[in-house]
Amino acid sequence: MNLNAIAIANIKRRKAKAAFVLTGLIIAVATVVTLLGLRQAVSANKLFQLEQYGANIVILPQSDTLALSYGGISLGSVSFDVRKIHEDELQQIYTIPYSQNIAALGPVVLGVVKAQGRNVLLAGMDFTAATVLRPWWRVVGTVPDFENQVLLGAEAARLLSLGPGDVLRVEANELTVSGILEPSGSQDDQLLFTPLRTAQRILDKEGLVSMAEVAALCHDCPIEDMVAYISMALPNTQVMAIQQVVESRFQAMDHFEKFAYGVSGVVIVVSGLMVLVSMMGNVRARASEIGVFRAIGYRRGHVMRIIFLEAGILSLAGGALGYLLGQVAVRLTLPLFIIGEMDESVLHHAAHGDPLLPVLPVLAIGLAVLVGLTASVYPALMASRMDPNEALRAI
Amino acid sequence: MSEIIATDLSKQYGQGDAAAIALDQVSLRITTGEFLAVMGQSGSGKSTLLSILGALNTPTSGTLTVDDLNIYELNQDQRADFRREYLGFVFQSFHLLPYLNVLENVMIPLAVIAEPRKNKEKRALAVLAEMGLDKKARRLPSEISGGEQERVAIARAVVNDPPILLADEPTGNLDSKTAAEVMDLLARLNAKGRTVVMVTHSEEYARYAGRILRLADGRLLGKPD
Repeated sequence: MNLNAIAIANIKRRKAKAAFVLTGLIIAVATVVTLLGLRQAVSANKLFQLEQYGANIVILPQSDTLALSYGGISLGSVSFDVRKIHEDELQQIYTIPYSQNIAALGPVVLGVVKAQGRNVLLAGMDFTAATVLRPWWRVVGTVPDFENQVLLGAEAARLLSLGPGDVLRVEANELTVSGILEPSGSQDDQLLFTPLRTAQRILDKEGLVSMAEVAALCHDCPIEDMVAYISMALPNTQVMAIQQVVESRFQAMDHFEKFAYGVSGVVIVVSGLMVLVSMMGNVRARASEIGVFRAIGYRRGHVMRIIFLEAGILSLAGGALGYLLGQVAVRLTLPLFIIGEMDESVLHHAAHGDPLLPVLPVLAIGLAVLVGLTASVYPALMASRMDPNEALRAI
Repeated sequence: MSEIIATDLSKQYGQGDAAAIALDQVSLRITTGEFLAVMGQSGSGKSTLLSILGALNTPTSGTLTVDDLNIYELNQDQRADFRREYLGFVFQSFHLLPYLNVLENVMIPLAVIAEPRKNKEKRALAVLAEMGLDKKARRLPSEISGGEQERVAIARAVVNDPPILLADEPTGNLDSKTAAEVMDLLARLNAKGRTVVMVTHSEEYARYAGRILRLADGRLLGKPD
């Protein structure tokens, strides 16, 4: 017989009250585990989705240009001093911290050309990078593999009445149409795309680029930091994050995280109150018992230990059961939160994606014990301060 | 040695007009191995005296010494240690814990002592055997009679082998036959050298004591018998 045995025996005796405390702790831990798991899985899924959006950083020549466009109608621009980007300079990007997170770098040279008597915008680009930067492209035929090949936007192909294999005369050059882009609703529909070298030659901009696109979405690199580092590496350029992509990523995750932490906090407080109320009722109902303990020589610390042992045992059980319930809940509710197909990697992220999550069982039990013991401090003090004489007379 | 010396013990409950004097300038000496009965009407102060002797109730004034230890100068934990080492309590309504079996109830005072479980169990079973209850060690209090419950309470009080036993109306809830058995048991424990202080209403059972103190309105009446 020791104090543990007394605590365990009392838990067995007061099953309904113990079940009440246990339920509160299980709900709290299960909620936290579920929300953390979902947050992780949704984060992984969201990033995967956002990575499909392509480029999220653009690099432009530094200029004092004011764009004259409104509501989609462009009226040109007022240029004061446009600096040029040399193609070689772009390699500096790979010297920045987080450079390992750059998925693709796509230099683009732009210029207006005459094609079959029409003014058309010609874009020269690296088509290897383009598959990453423009994952939404669907091509009838192929993208250009060689110089003097051209890929036509859907609208450009319609206006020029050309298809794959046809020859297009651009300025003094004859280009073979390798493929036609399916309509995307973007400005790409209007353009002609050739390999970078071909466009630079036609536009007489050899070694120069008009802009560059970067795909750099990743899990652990703040986009603002990357923009700052690229700006430092390329001092004569304007580097901008495409805010729509970046902000949607952060806002979605921020909102979900705030929601998850908010709900977790509320549930933890409520479960702590459940433990507090239940333990206080327990102490009051056991006044005579505590009086006997004190009369036969238990110190105040011994009485507190009995209360804490009871709370600790229930908390350990609540933490373990809550963790298991949370894991089940994550698996059951995940399909409601996942966009697209849910594969094993998403589930894996739910369980292991966060550095904290491998120790989640320990944290879950630790959280339950912390809540249980903290909520039991006052009841334990109340029990230890009971006057044994009063407690025995109160019977 | 466990001589108890009470000097001018007074206890007042409440303040001002609501003040009630439960004990008034009571002095007494209880020698080692004595069997003392404390008698008096309800409200005479006998239970208050017992609780003060039991280091449970701080007197308003006066001193209590046991073996030259001034009990009410000790702090709470020291007083708890004193109770554990020196005193055994027998309560009128037994106060057994209903969720522990007979053996576990007897072992409660041993739960805070660093000793192997086997030894504790051995000690508790020995005391229960002395009380004739070793066969019922695994039963719950609700599964034994009132007299047996009282004997379990006495076993719990003496399992620590304290030199002083304080009993508050130990026969109050028992029929006469069972009460006589309990008194015989207390007398046996006293015969083994234990000091017994018993509060009772019953003249019949007070005769088991070597000395009777009578209290009225918180004061000792006459000279002790």
